[in-house]
Amino acid sequence: MERLELINILKNCEFKIDAYEGIDCVTVLVPKESLFSFLKLLKEDERLKFNMIADITAVDYPEQKPRFELVYHIFSIANNIRIRVKSRVEEGDSVESVTSLWKGAEWLEREVFDMFGINFKNHPDLRRILMTEDFKYYPLRKDFPLQGIEES
Amino acid sequence: MSEQKKYMTLNMGPQHPATHGVLKVILELEGEVIHRAIPVIGHLHRGVEKLGESKTYIQNIVYTDRLDYTSAMINNLAYCLAVEKLMNIEVPERAKVIRVIMSELSRIAAHLIWLATHALDIGAMTLYFYCFREREKILDMWEMVSGQRLTPSYIRIGGLLADLPEGFMDKLKEFVDTFDAHVDEYDKLLSKNPIWLARTKDIGIISAEDAISWGLTGPALRGSGVKFDYRKAQPYCGYEEYEFDVPVGSKGDNYDRYLVRMEELRQSNRILKQAIKRLPEGPIKAHVPEIVFPDKDLVLKNIEALIHQFKIGCGGFTVPKGEVYASVENAKGELGFYIVSDGSSMPYRFRIKSSCFVNLSALPEIVKGSMIADVVAVIGSIDIVLGEIDR
Repeated sequence: MERLELINILKNCEFKIDAYEGIDCVTVLVPKESLFSFLKLLKEDERLKFNMIADITAVDYPEQKPRFELVYHIFSIANNIRIRVKSRVEEGDSVESVTSLWKGAEWLEREVFDMFGINFKNHPDLRRILMTEDFKYYPLRKDFPLQGIEES
Repeated sequence: MSEQKKYMTLNMGPQHPATHGVLKVILELEGEVIHRAIPVIGHLHRGVEKLGESKTYIQNIVYTDRLDYTSAMINNLAYCLAVEKLMNIEVPERAKVIRVIMSELSRIAAHLIWLATHALDIGAMTLYFYCFREREKILDMWEMVSGQRLTPSYIRIGGLLADLPEGFMDKLKEFVDTFDAHVDEYDKLLSKNPIWLARTKDIGIISAEDAISWGLTGPALRGSGVKFDYRKAQPYCGYEEYEFDVPVGSKGDNYDRYLVRMEELRQSNRILKQAIKRLPEGPIKAHVPEIVFPDKDLVLKNIEALIHQFKIGCGGFTVPKGEVYASVENAKGELGFYIVSDGSSMPYRFRIKSSCFVNLSALPEIVKGSMIADVVAVIGSIDIVLGEIDR
């Protein structure tokens, strides 16, 4: 599938989104409220078939509101195309987990929770993954010092 | 007795020879059968993603070496491709071919470690020495080009560290000519060995549908019969011009994954043969003076070149604002780099998508209901490197 074709399909979908062609792949900005339904559409639509989750991560912009940008990279094996879905999330917000769509999201979401402190609703096992259980901070936030925190 | 069943809990690792690093698996057992397996990772967490935000784009290359340290060159490549995409740099043809050569050598080196340790875990010791004999030759070649055996950092943004040294091609040709026969040797030792078959056939099965849903990539995905390889699907470095097959399994058990990797050893060698024939003369660095180091002999003679080298070495270079995701097929699967640039000389976000991380996340489902001894076989068969998982 070509990128423009994908953008055209997405522009005609029911959601209020902003789709454009990035340097590497089609990028879509989705409001947090419709994020889960939009991702569900990506996976289940007959034309799109985005069946493989490649990555879930976040970027921290402490001076902006909402603070975080959640970033999903999803690949469609059938159409041989990648898509990037981004959504802005405020500190303390909960986002619907996509583990029901892609099982592989389980650990990826745990890592986002561990590193940024973004909560996922209906996640089967949302615990810290790389840091220890009693660690109080979120290391990939920009306000966490590079040297670490003494008492932690 | 209460209605709730009592399971025995067993900690496997973090110091366990068969977990390929510091991985702990908490096993809940019913007799010898696994009721639940919980991998505990993070023992090797060094915060590479955090560190990456405070280092220049050039300095970050050395961190990529230390992800999957069995095949460092592919990690260098993935990172450099991402930055090059962001800066819109095209590397010269000769550099591309050398990159393919290094990628395939890395793949072979990584698969040899996998084969050696996987066989050792299951009890076949002899193979270990055979595999390391060939891997040694690859490490020697890396030492020739970069001075380092394990962490070469040979592939750089915009090209390569230096051109191939004298005598490299002869060594490579000698390796390529003899390697197929060596794979046959491994094959003879294992493929029909009854103990090997008993430990791998019908063990650790994962269906194609599940493999995709778990997001598995690499041989773990292809073992389940999904013909998907980033070198074919989204070619980079001119992979579309090489002829090679993508082997797939049928059932998705340990044995299928074993066969897939064995065939990949042969296919990688096939690519190497074509690359040797294809290797053109020419420059090995893109002509972008603001990011590429000047030639060393020029630096020693010319003051401007010296200042130039000093400037790039100390301050790095700025990268235009934007974001990019680039991935390569490394020995374990998809290794992706997601870089967000704010226009400065350091990445704003330096995200590493690790295939081992995702592949290991499927372990609890794969080993559920199987015997405790199979955990070792399955971990070996998924082929993980903790350096890449914990980052």
